[in-house]
Amino acid sequence: MRAILRKELADYFTSIRFIILFVLILFASAAGLVAASQGIRGANLPEGFVFLGLFTTSGNVIPSLVTLIILLVPIIGIALGFDAINSERTSGTLSRILSQPVFRDSLINGKFLAGVVALSIMVGTMLLLVSGYGLSMIGVPPTAEEIIRLFIYLFLTIIFGAFWMGLAILFSVLLRRIAASLLISLALWLFFSIFILLVAPAIANALVPAADGSEAEIIRNIELRQMLMRFSPNTLFSEATTALLLPVTVGSLGLITQSQAAYMLPNPLSLGQSLLLIWPHITSLISLSAICFAISYLLFMKQEIRAT
Amino acid sequence: MSEEFAIETQDLTKRYDGVTVVDSLNLHIKESEVFGLLGPNGAGKTTTILMLLGLTEPASGTARVFGFNPTREPLKVKRLVGYLPEKVGFYDNLTARENLAFIAELNNINYAEANSRADEALEAVGLSKEADLTVGKFSRGMKQRLGIADVLIKKPKVVFLDEPTAGLDPKGINQLLDLVANLPKMGTTVVLSSHQLYQVQMVCHSIGILSKGKMVIEGSIDELGREALAGGRYIIQVETVQPTPQLINTIKGIKGVKKVEAKDNILQIGTDSDLRAAISKAVVQNDFPLIQMKVQEFSLDDIYMKYFREG
Repeated sequence: MRAILRKELADYFTSIRFIILFVLILFASAAGLVAASQGIRGANLPEGFVFLGLFTTSGNVIPSLVTLIILLVPIIGIALGFDAINSERTSGTLSRILSQPVFRDSLINGKFLAGVVALSIMVGTMLLLVSGYGLSMIGVPPTAEEIIRLFIYLFLTIIFGAFWMGLAILFSVLLRRIAASLLISLALWLFFSIFILLVAPAIANALVPAADGSEAEIIRNIELRQMLMRFSPNTLFSEATTALLLPVTVGSLGLITQSQAAYMLPNPLSLGQSLLLIWPHITSLISLSAICFAISYLLFMKQEIRAT
Repeated sequence: MSEEFAIETQDLTKRYDGVTVVDSLNLHIKESEVFGLLGPNGAGKTTTILMLLGLTEPASGTARVFGFNPTREPLKVKRLVGYLPEKVGFYDNLTARENLAFIAELNNINYAEANSRADEALEAVGLSKEADLTVGKFSRGMKQRLGIADVLIKKPKVVFLDEPTAGLDPKGINQLLDLVANLPKMGTTVVLSSHQLYQVQMVCHSIGILSKGKMVIEGSIDELGREALAGGRYIIQVETVQPTPQLINTIKGIKGVKKVEAKDNILQIGTDSDLRAAISKAVVQNDFPLIQMKVQEFSLDDIYMKYFREG
C-alpha cells in the first residue's frame, strides 16, 4: 500500500488540479485576512478570544475565513476524489494494477489516505498562513485555549473534507463515467449547502404550519427546520465551527427566545462546554465520512473486473 | 491435480446475470509453451483469463495456476503471472520508466533492481530511447510494447496476453510475435488470446478454440489439422482434361489414397501422405495431361472455419 500511497501523493502534487486548488486556497486565505483586518476592530471580542477573531470576523463585503472554508473544503474534497476509481477503469490501468500482487483494498485505501494527506496539507496551510500573517497584523498572540480550539477545528475540517472526498470516491466506484461522478457529487454539495436552506423551511411549514402564530407552534416550526437542516453535513460543520471558534455568541445551538436571552450571561463558553455542545456534530461527521468510505470500500471489493 | 501442467482448469464456469459466459471449461496448458486461446468475440476468452488471474470469481469449477487456486490464493498467483489486458492503459502523466518502476514497486522489487530490470525490459521491446517520455505521447503500438515490458519486468512464469496484436501495424505485429516466440526459451509459459489466426499459427504450439464459453477443441496445431479433415492429412488437387472413371479408379488403386472426387477437370484426392509423385505418374501413364497439381495443407483458418461451420 505504501507504493500506492506514494504514487498517488506524487500524482496529486504534480497535477494541475492541485495547483489550482492551492491557488484557490491562497486566495481564500488572503480574503479571510482582509475580512478580518476590516472587521476585527468592530467585532468587540472579549479578552482571550481575539486571535480566533481572525478566522471568524467578516469584512464589509468579504465573508469570514470560516465561511469560505465551509464553501471551499467540500470542493477540495470532491476535486480530490471524484475520479479516484473510474479514471483507473477508463484508462485501463485498473486491471493492470489489480493483476499485481497487492491486496485489492490497498488501492482504495491508498487513494483515500493520499487524499486525506493532501487535504490536511491544504487546510493546514490555510490555517497556518492566516495565523502567521494575522499574528503580525493584530499583534495579539493566541492563548493556549485558542490554540487547542484551532487544532480541534483543523481536525474537524479535515474530517469534513474527508466526508466529501469519501462521497466523491463512492460515486467514482459506482459510476463508470468521470463526468457523471463529478456532476452528482457537485449536485449533492449544492443541495446540502444551498437548496436545503430553501427546502427545510418549506417542509417545516408544511408539517407544522405556524398559521395562528402561537408561540408553541412557532417554536416547533423552527425546531423542526433546524433538525432538517442538520441532515446537511454542511450545517453540522458550520454549527460546530461556530461553537468552537465563536464561543462568545453561542450559549446553545438550539432556539433561544428573547425572554431567555435576557437572562443569558455574555460569558464565553469554556472549552469543555463547547466540545460538549458540538459532540454530536463531531461524532456525526466522523461517522458520515466513515460510512461513505466503508460503502465505497465494500462496493469496490465486490465489483468484478469484467471483460467489456 | 497433476503437476506437469502450468495451468489446469476443471469445469470452470462463469455466469454474468444468468448468462453462462464460460461453460465447464477444461483447459490444460503445459509449461513453457505458447498456448493460443481462440474464438470469436464474446466467446469467453477474456473472462477465462480473468478467472485464471483471480480477478473474477468462477461460479463453479476450479482453476490451478502452478498448483495455486487463483480464487483462494490470488496473491500467490499474481506473483507468478503477468497480464497484458486488451485495452492496456498507463498513467499518461508518468514516463515509461516511471510506469514500470511503479509496477516493480508493487511487486516489492527494490529500487536498484527495478531500475536495471526496467532498462532490460525496455531494451527488449525496443523502447530504450523513449524511456523518459511521458506515456501520454506514446502511440498505440508503443503502448502495446510498453505493456509487454510491463509484463516482463516481474519475470513471470506465466504470461497472459489478451489480444496483444489488436491495433498494431504489420511491423509492430511482427516485432511483438518475435518477442512472444522467444518467451518460452526463458521458461515462460504464454497464453495468447486472439482471433488473428495467422499470427497465432506462427507462434503457438497448441491452441484451444472457444465458442460460446465451451471448449470446442484443444490440442497442438498438427493434431488438430489431422482431426479436422476426415479424408486424411493431405488433399491433393490435380488438374487434367476430361478425366474418365477409369483414371479415377486407377488413382483410387494407389496405396494410401482414401478418396477421389472429380469436379469438371479437377480431381480432389485425399491421401494419408504426400503421394504427388505416384499420382502424377498414374495420370501421365494413362495419357492424360497433367496441367497443375498442388497439395492443400490445412491451415488454422480451415480448422477454425470447420468448427464454426459445425457449431
